[in-house]
Amino acid sequence: MSESERVRAYTVRLELQDEPGELLRALEPIADNGGNLLSIFHERGNITPRGHIPVEVDLEATPERFEEIVDALREAGVNVVRAGAEEYAEELVVLLVGHLVDTDLSDTLSRIEDCGGASIDDVALSAPDGTDELSSARIRMDTHAGAAQQALATVREVADAKGLDVIEPLAGGGDA
Amino acid sequence: MKLAILGAGAVGRSVAELAGEYGHRVTALADSSGAAVDADGLDVDATLARKDETGAVGDESVEAALDTEYDALVEATPTTLDDAQPGFGHVEAALARDRHVVLANKGPVAERYDEVRALEADSEGRVLFEATVAGAIPTLSTVRSLGPERVNAVRGVLNGTANFVLSRMAAEGLDYEHVLAEAQDLGVAEADPSFDVEGTDAALKCVILANVLYDGGYTLDDAEVAGIRSIPGSALELAAEDGRTVRLIGEVADGAVRVGPRLVPEHGTLAVSGTTNIVQLETDHAGRLNISGAGAGGPETASAVLADVGLLEPLE
Repeated sequence: MSESERVRAYTVRLELQDEPGELLRALEPIADNGGNLLSIFHERGNITPRGHIPVEVDLEATPERFEEIVDALREAGVNVVRAGAEEYAEELVVLLVGHLVDTDLSDTLSRIEDCGGASIDDVALSAPDGTDELSSARIRMDTHAGAAQQALATVREVADAKGLDVIEPLAGGGDA
Repeated sequence: MKLAILGAGAVGRSVAELAGEYGHRVTALADSSGAAVDADGLDVDATLARKDETGAVGDESVEAALDTEYDALVEATPTTLDDAQPGFGHVEAALARDRHVVLANKGPVAERYDEVRALEADSEGRVLFEATVAGAIPTLSTVRSLGPERVNAVRGVLNGTANFVLSRMAAEGLDYEHVLAEAQDLGVAEADPSFDVEGTDAALKCVILANVLYDGGYTLDDAEVAGIRSIPGSALELAAEDGRTVRLIGEVADGAVRVGPRLVPEHGTLAVSGTTNIVQLETDHAGRLNISGAGAGGPETASAVLADVGLLEPLE
């Protein structure tokens, strides 16, 4: 047995929507990818400022399996706040408004990701009046701990260069 | 107290109408076309009836109103930018006579705060301006009672017109121009709404707050301001799909003043709807305080003016 195949204990911290079935949905990727559930701490009474329920799951898996589990959780749309030693800060959502298609949306997104502080989770584009008119995009990012401001600064910079408007989330946690 | 009221728009008018109930007498009421002056106290109803009939409150000059007997000058003329005139000149004239000044006009304390404070320091009169920030909401008095140095940040929805437009756009899936026309029909928005929808009005309120929190030094030029005109309906739909909405938020924190559209949780504290305003204070020892209510309107704003009047000592 090589070193990396040794099973270790991990803790993942998740934030779930307050809806039936959400916990099961979050546990399936763990079981399906060979994780051995040790305990689940479901903090029902401790709702986060964004109205989510924090859940801490202890599990056993090999390091490789653990990577797959975290990836599978993210693919399933589960918000992973902390996985092992890797800290994720709050997700960051911004709206961009302007000529998003003409100014090369995929270039915009890759420039935002290139700042290093954020990884883009999903993008929704709405251009109801065609691409010649103003369109809007919602961009959801995961930012590493402490990097949210850096990510936001990059978004502003890129938007400024392309003549786009940014609708930022409120700074300072004023959204409770 | 004897009050001289400059400005006979919604606010000045309401102050005149409510003054008696608060135990005060109105000795002058002036608007841009003239003034009614009576050192013994005006018949407010008759004066306002005359304005409704003839368009003018009286035949006397604004100077006569400034020169008559009063303890406090209520400055409720329209807010102007840059030199903040004629409001600033009215403040200057009253303080030179050692009279108190209560402002509903934002111009003097947003654009020339340091000068107003310097004039106040040389006068027996005091300058109060609760009504300039968020109308009926007791914002400045709350800051005063907490101590400005213990307030770390203020943010809020400070313009009812912009908020009405954004909340209608989100609720009905309508575009900006449509909702604005509706707001104008309802009298919520002015014929020229640029002051509100471009963020200028909210920024002036934030500048005043910054002057109070940081003891002066701020004008509109120090604020970073963005409005709501360019927000398409599609942006609000994308926000709503994610449980969020967009509000025009003013923020004063860390010495900076910013006003712009921001994403907030759809059912969060700051997502007030319609013309409601909300002020959120971050404090050292009292945590986060939220105060919401009417940010505009004649009697509502007049209640803030009269609260200020109630704090003043009669002068000799």
